[in-house]
Amino acid sequence: MQRRTLLAATGAAAALCATLGAPLHAQDDPLTVGFIYVGPVGDGGWTYQHDQGRLEVEEHFGDAVETIYQENVPEGADAARAITQMVLAGADLIFTTSFGYMDATAEVAEQFPDVKFEHATGYIRGDNLATYDSRFYEGRAVEGLIAGHLTESNRIGYIGSFPIPEVIQGINSSFLHAQEVNPDVEMVVVWAYTWFDPAKEADAAQALIEQGVDVILQHTDSTAPQAAAEQAGNVYTFGQASDMAAFKPMPRVASIIDDWGPYYIERVQAVMDGTWEPTGTWGGMSDGHVVIGEITDAVPAEVKAEAEEMIDAISSGEYHPFTGPINKQDGSVWLEEGEVATDEQLLGMDFFVEGLTGDIPS
Amino acid sequence: MMRLERRPQPSEAWSWATPILAVVLTMIVGGILFVFLGKDPILAIRTIFWDPLFGSFASYTRPQLLVKAGPLILIAIGLSLGFRAGIWNIGAEGQYIMGAVTGAAVGLAFYPSEARWLVFPLMIVAGAIGGAFWAWIPGILKVRFGTNEILVSLMLVYVAENILAYAALGPLKNPEGMGFPGSRNLARWDTTANPELIAGTGMHWGVAFAFIAVIAAYVLLSRHTLGFAIRVTGASPRAAAFSGVDPKRLVILAMLISGALAGLAGIFEVTGPAGQISIDFGVGYGFTAIIVAFLGRLHPIGILLAGLLLALTYIGGEMAQLQLGLPAAAIQLFQGMLLFFLLALDVLTNFRPRFGADAAA
Repeated sequence: MQRRTLLAATGAAAALCATLGAPLHAQDDPLTVGFIYVGPVGDGGWTYQHDQGRLEVEEHFGDAVETIYQENVPEGADAARAITQMVLAGADLIFTTSFGYMDATAEVAEQFPDVKFEHATGYIRGDNLATYDSRFYEGRAVEGLIAGHLTESNRIGYIGSFPIPEVIQGINSSFLHAQEVNPDVEMVVVWAYTWFDPAKEADAAQALIEQGVDVILQHTDSTAPQAAAEQAGNVYTFGQASDMAAFKPMPRVASIIDDWGPYYIERVQAVMDGTWEPTGTWGGMSDGHVVIGEITDAVPAEVKAEAEEMIDAISSGEYHPFTGPINKQDGSVWLEEGEVATDEQLLGMDFFVEGLTGDIPS
Repeated sequence: MMRLERRPQPSEAWSWATPILAVVLTMIVGGILFVFLGKDPILAIRTIFWDPLFGSFASYTRPQLLVKAGPLILIAIGLSLGFRAGIWNIGAEGQYIMGAVTGAAVGLAFYPSEARWLVFPLMIVAGAIGGAFWAWIPGILKVRFGTNEILVSLMLVYVAENILAYAALGPLKNPEGMGFPGSRNLARWDTTANPELIAGTGMHWGVAFAFIAVIAAYVLLSRHTLGFAIRVTGASPRAAAFSGVDPKRLVILAMLISGALAGLAGIFEVTGPAGQISIDFGVGYGFTAIIVAFLGRLHPIGILLAGLLLALTYIGGEMAQLQLGLPAAAIQLFQGMLLFFLLALDVLTNFRPRFGADAAA
């Protein structure tokens, strides 16, 4: 009841906007879809890609939807307020696009059972709270293969964000596939403890370069590591979350692109059709959620061909990046010969595989 | 030609008029900025300053103003006592963090106790001590070795931030948190939670303490010998020395009080709105409180109003982002302008503008 008056009030506010030249509504009752972003929409990485997904929703549904977003929302005390305000502003479906929003999203979702929530990369679900994520480790396998071939110093650097399963999967996947093509390879992992902080990311990249690393993978969202590599000259990088095409053909030799558009469109459609369910989606290359961006000419043709073969194999479901035999760092057996990791095993991954040095902070 | 002539005494009238004028100028220049961003300036200003108070969601946003203003006021009151006496504690952010970490550590040590009557007060005391200790360091260094308290207190902020990160990753990390840094959620554990005292008001213990601090500071400054010592030291350190004020004792006291209040703000924040010790727990309240203290003319009532005004720009700014699509950076610029104009206009408090070629010889 209170919500209805609130909606009426937003309608009035929107009408005011419309008369002032900001056309928000063209139809009587569009579905309002909200997005909470951890970085600025111009970060060129993670948040940028989510915002591209938002724009695809707008384009696909036209006047039938209205999208709103808030950027730079800290993962803490302010997140619950930002989400609540979005509900009050009339959102029917809200995507919170960072792991750190998990508690806040769950808390707000409990208070507003009529609104649908979707939390990216988390594990808490509820009656009106779905989760979604992508199998980034599939893309990491391809990056690892290319990196293993490209490195001359046999040292690959990895800028980790937080030691959570999603990030550890990426480190293990890329290392395994680099090692497969280059048994002498070593991986140096640094933890930035941020998703987006250009200054810290640049420092991390610099530190890696000074340790003799000549290929850098990153699980952080800015292009600062790319810029640091470009300055160093002979260091290769991969675009993260977004294509980061500005750094082609060197240092960026390929990229993992998160394509959220199809998923967002599907979920908005489900709300419209009344078929929305609090699902846990984990899409990968086969769903088109994880895409490898153009592999540039800085990569030798035979390596590129090998990478494309792997992309095809993963996309067709013929190959899973975590197929045994794989041992844990301490030498104990994790997967037997031919055994494929289950999703549960991956979602709880809290160890490095054999051959990786260093500890996971705990 | 305009020239500035020093006033014999700072103008009382201007010292109250400049904050208001600064707000008005911020609205005007901010409005122009919004026009360049292609937004309706009147609507934007209305969204920032009016809607949080009287808009359609005011029943939600009004309590949030208190949530946001509480720690700002609590910290700013402490800072103002020192600032008035020329003791510059710039490191309240660090004291705020240390209060939260110390208090949370004490609370978590009792997990999963249910003795709220014991644990929660202990945490509050620990929070105050943690903050006070962090402020005592620059204080004692200044008294003993003549170091500059601005520099030392500021540098200790960075130390505190690293201690915070260490605590979130190590000793205080939630053992059930799937490896993600951050402590257990204190706000969701009944023993340590700092919830709203009256539902729907935003009034939690930290806000209550902020109001108590405003009153206490007012009484202290007008009735107490310590208040006298602070005021007279600020006006003239030499006169203060003659009237028997011990400047060293005053430095230590001012640092301890401001540190304790910042620490309290930290413990109330971590048990309430923030809920947990995490790497990005410090969102800059300690620095923003410096703006609040000056915007409020270092006067308890002024600080109360300034804290609410800054909270308003935060909440209203978020609404403007959401409803009008204003970029977050434009809102930060808007807040920065407020301090800029205040400082620029401050000149009028101490100087009189004279127009004409040679008004004064």
